[in-house]
Order: sequence, then structure tokens, then C-alpha cells
Amino acid sequence: MSEQARERIFARLNAAGSKPSTRGPRVADLPVKTYSREEKIENLKSLMEAMRTEVHRTSEQNWLAKLEEVLKQRDVKSLLYGPQSPIGEALQSKWKNDGSDLTVLVPYDKEIEKFKDSIFNIDAGITSTYGAIAETGALILWSSVQEPRQMSLVPPIHIAVLRADNIYNSFLEVMQQENWAAGMPTNAFLISGPSKTADIELTLAFGVHGPKELIVMVIDD
Amino acid sequence: MANHQAVDFNKNVSRALNDAQLRKNFKFAMGNFVVKRQNIFPDKTETEQLRALGNAIKQRALSRLPELLEQLEQNCTKNGIQVHWAETTEDANEHVLNIMRAHEATLLVKGKSMVSEEMHLNKFLQFHGIEAIETDLGEFIVQLNNETPSHIIVPAIHKNKDQIAKILHDNIPDTPYTEDVQELNAIARKTLRQKFYKAGVGLSGVNLAVAETGTLCLVENEGNGRMCTTVPPVHIALMGLEKVIEKLEEIPPMLRLLIGSATGQLITTYVNMITSPRKKGEKDGPKEVHLIILDNGRSKIYADPQRRQTLQCIRCGTCLNHCPVYTRIGGHAYGFIYPGPIGKILNPQVEGLEAAGFLATASSLCNACEEVCPVKIPIPELLRRIRNDTYSTNPNGTMEGHGYKSKGIERLVWKAWTFLNTHPMINATGLKIRGALGLKFPKLGPLKHWTRHRTNPQIAKKSLHELVKEHGVDNE
Repeated sequence: MSEQARERIFARLNAAGSKPSTRGPRVADLPVKTYSREEKIENLKSLMEAMRTEVHRTSEQNWLAKLEEVLKQRDVKSLLYGPQSPIGEALQSKWKNDGSDLTVLVPYDKEIEKFKDSIFNIDAGITSTYGAIAETGALILWSSVQEPRQMSLVPPIHIAVLRADNIYNSFLEVMQQENWAAGMPTNAFLISGPSKTADIELTLAFGVHGPKELIVMVIDD
Repeated sequence: MANHQAVDFNKNVSRALNDAQLRKNFKFAMGNFVVKRQNIFPDKTETEQLRALGNAIKQRALSRLPELLEQLEQNCTKNGIQVHWAETTEDANEHVLNIMRAHEATLLVKGKSMVSEEMHLNKFLQFHGIEAIETDLGEFIVQLNNETPSHIIVPAIHKNKDQIAKILHDNIPDTPYTEDVQELNAIARKTLRQKFYKAGVGLSGVNLAVAETGTLCLVENEGNGRMCTTVPPVHIALMGLEKVIEKLEEIPPMLRLLIGSATGQLITTYVNMITSPRKKGEKDGPKEVHLIILDNGRSKIYADPQRRQTLQCIRCGTCLNHCPVYTRIGGHAYGFIYPGPIGKILNPQVEGLEAAGFLATASSLCNACEEVCPVKIPIPELLRRIRNDTYSTNPNGTMEGHGYKSKGIERLVWKAWTFLNTHPMINATGLKIRGALGLKFPKLGPLKHWTRHRTNPQIAKKSLHELVKEHGVDNE
């Protein structure tokens, strides 16, 4: 069915005899906005806060303590993390040294088929990030073996760790500078806040299907 | 195609205009959208630059459509995404059903997809014993109430919260009646979480498909789109064949235009770019991704260079929000899946002039739609084209139903009109006689459609020409 359909569709499209056009402005013609390092952080922070994200500016030394505070405030009992992720080791060492068991660290170390029940019942997930976008206020995440996609989606709280050095001016800049076109991951995505909707009388309501809360730790050293 | 049920448009319009609640709901929401759009595009020069770019990206892509579709297919296939082609909505439905059956799946969770509405997929699957659940909050409400969306972006905007409270209370077991939006939201979350957990297949639309990398780009705020494309073991993406763009770097400006125009946001909560199914070693994500590419009349529209501009549409819905007709009658009155200005040019071309040509008359040609269109589709020009083609006697028409309303008497009237207006002496004499007799337009025959709602014009005793001759002209 598909093969014949394909042939007929292409026959009709080709019959139109359209000539390739090169006319009109290009992406490169767009004005480019650049921010200083400080502006990048502050712009990102204020845009994301306007979308009800909690943003903490912290440091390499203090972010784990800040995290502990955040977890305590919300009485988070279980926290999903990637043991092999860039933040995995730090999390493990903190938990081991401290001995505090308010929150249990749950490693995402098996396939979802054996893990679905746990994920759907966990309190929070923590991930690292690829970077962020200053212009529009959004985090960039790439799915990976170490940090699977559902970590930032299914638990009601998502905590994201961002290094201030990885904040780009714009979405276009990160794509071009890092040559995304040469190899996209299974799933790349942007997150600009907690899940929300305005489908009822255009009234904004948070926490529809994705996380109800988004907390960003900006590590700025 | 052309299997659309006859629509009694006049009756629908009268009913909508007399529904005070409906008019209030739309007036409020559309006014709100207009202001939000203005606020998110504050700099006129910058906005025009962006719109020109959006127009160019889509025009260049359409100019090479067959080539880009082939490239998209190749790259998707290389990435492990299975591509299926559907000439008609029936074909597309069959593809979905076959995939569901291959996995013995009985529950489908759906993210928002206008193409799936075009296919009437839910009804089709229900007939085959498969439950298809809408998970976008607005779509979920509309589905519970057994309706179709009244707006491309906010499907349940025709209902206010009291009406929605009742729909949820009546249709979801053990649900208390509440008018609190947060609580209504929580009810939907709870109900749909279980569906996400259980569903064997997830379905989504596609906002942009990138030929260069074989990437499917989707935008949304709720997270249901990510749920549908991430949690179930199989993901089916549906797209119209016009959704392909050439390069990845074209995503940012296209999204800026789409999102700003659709909801007045700088960026949606989620921008989701899918390039492959779960790879070896990865722990989640669907093991299979299927892309169904639908024609359903689009390739016929493509054949005509003027009409091809219809295919530039990115389904932002801003032409609906700015349309004085849509704002007053809402989406359902049109009787087609795509309402408002874009529907007025799209439906007649897909369903044929006899079934849908009347839609093009529901416009005052005020040009608001063209002024706000992020990809600069000349909607009024295409409305005039559809109107002309409906009555045209040109034997080379390409639209289904071309010239079906062409009547001998009308051709004669227009010939007479042309004659009068190209012969000033006779025209002037005629006007003089009419003026002297004080003739009015009679309220019968075909003229009554015009005179019924309008003050009857009175022909002056003296024409403008005569007045000018008497008084002279002051050139200031």
C-alpha cells in the first residue's frame, strides 16, 4: 500500500515541475544578540522565574548543600539520578558521607521495562544539562545512556544542574557552534519551565502532565 | 476526500450568533490572543524581517518539495524511523491500525495532531475496538464531550470553566464538580497518568520535519507530547507532506514565528526534537518510531503555483484569532476540521468547491489574516481565487468543482454590467432615469440575500458627475 501510494504522491509532486528557488532572506541575515556572561545568567534566570521556575545561583562547592535544602523543603523521599552522569559521582559521595537518609537516591540503571513502576512513583528526578539559552530562557537536554529521557519528565519534580559556562546566547548559536546538524541525539529537547496549560479559559495552570516543579541549580564559579 | 457531510452554514452561523455564551467565550479569548501576540512581537521592523524569513524558508522548501521529502525519508530510515506514505486519510488510518495490531496494542495515547483530526482517527480506531485517548487538556475535554476542536491551538476555547466542570464531572467516574481551574487540571492529570502508563502506542503530530537530519520537531506546554513520544514502547508521528523544511538551523526562526503567533509566548515549555527510536544501551524511549506522511489532496494543491502558497501554513491559528468572522461565530460553525481563514482556503481545495467553496464567501476580505500570518500566506488573494473559480467559465480549471456555479443568467448580468460601465453615455442616461424614478433594489429574487440585512441604497436624483458640473471642484 505504502509503496504505490508513495509512487503516486511523488508522481503528482514531480509533475508540478517546480524549479528550486534560492530567493529570499536567509537564517544568516537575522540580527544576532549577544550577552555578557552575567547578562546571560540573569536573563535566563528572570525569564525562567517568570515561568515559575526556581533558579538558584550557586557554586561547585555549595550546590549539594543547596540541593539538600531544596529536597528538605519539599520533603522529597526519593530522588532519581543517573549514576554514570556528570553529576552522579558528586551525588553519591554526598549521600555516602552524610549518612542522612531523608532522601533515598534511586539510580536509573536498568531498562524502563523493568523500572516503570518505580519511575511512576518517584518524588523527584535530577539531571545534568547540555546547556541553556539566554535569549529565550530555556534549558537544553540531550537524552543519553547515562541520563534517559524520562528522568526529566515523569517525576513531579525536576531538578536540573546547569554550568553557567554552558549558557549560549541563542538557540541558533548553540546549533551552529556545536554543529548539531552533523549528529543529532535520539532526543534533544528544551525545557523552559514546569509543565503548564491555558486550555481552560486561558487561565494558566501548572503541572499538567510533565513536572509540577522545575528547580535549576546554576553552578557559577 | 469529498466525503464530507453537507454543511448548513447559514443555519450554523445563525445559531452561533444567537449563542450569547459562545460569543462571550470567543470574544474574550481572541481578544486576549491578539494582545499577547502584539506583546511578543514588539518591534515591527524585526517582526517583518522574521516573517519575510519564514516566508522564504517555506517557499524554498516547497520549491524543492519532492527532493526534500526524499531526503527526509532517507535520513529518517537511516536513523531507524520507519516511514509510511498515505495518499488518503483512509490509507493513513490503515497504517495506524496495522502498527497497533502488530503490537497487539489496544490503547493509544494521543498528543495534539490536526492531521489525526483530518483522518477522524479516533472514530476509526474505536470502530476497530481500539481506545484512542486525547491527552492535550483541551482535546481531552472536547473528546469527553464528543465534539471536535473549535480552534487549532486551544480546542476547548468555546467552553467556559463552568461548562468544562460539568463535562469532567459527568464523564469521569468519581469526579466531584469543581470550577477551580487548578483542580480541573489535577483531575485530568490523574486520569491521564494511568493512560500514559498503560498505553501500548503513543501518537503525535509534527510541527517541523527537518530533511537534513531526519529530525521531527514538536512544541507543547503540557508535557503530554513528550509523554506520548517517550513513555509508550511505540511512537507514531503523523505529518502532512508540507511540513518538511530543509535545514536544522531553520528551526529557531520558524519556532519563534510559530510560538509567538500561536500563543504569544517567547518559547513553549517543551521543544522536542526526535531523531531516532531508542538506541542500543539507552534505557527508555520508544523502541519503534513510525512516521506517516499524509497527502490527502495536498499534492493537487501543490500543482498550482498560486494555490501552493496554502501549503506554507504552519498551523499557528493566529489568522483565526484575528478574523472578525471567526471571532463571532467560533470554529464549529464552519463545519470543517480547519476553521477560520486558513480553513476557508484549505477545505475548498481539499474537499472540492461543491462541498466547501461556500466557506470562501464567509469573509469581508479585511486582510487581517494576511497581515498577521507568520509565513505571509496571501489568504485574501486565495479567497478571491476560490470565489472566482466557483463561477469561472475557463475550461482549464484545476480545482475540484471548478465553475460549478457558473450560470447563464449570471454571465448575462455581468456582460450587461461590463457593457454599461464601458459605455459612459448609456450608463449616465440609465442612472438619470433610475434617479428620477427613485427606484430601489427590489427585495426579491437573488437580490433579497443582499437587501435582507442591509439598508436599501437610494439612488440620488443627481449623479456625482452632475453635482461636480454644477458646483465645480475645489482643489485645495
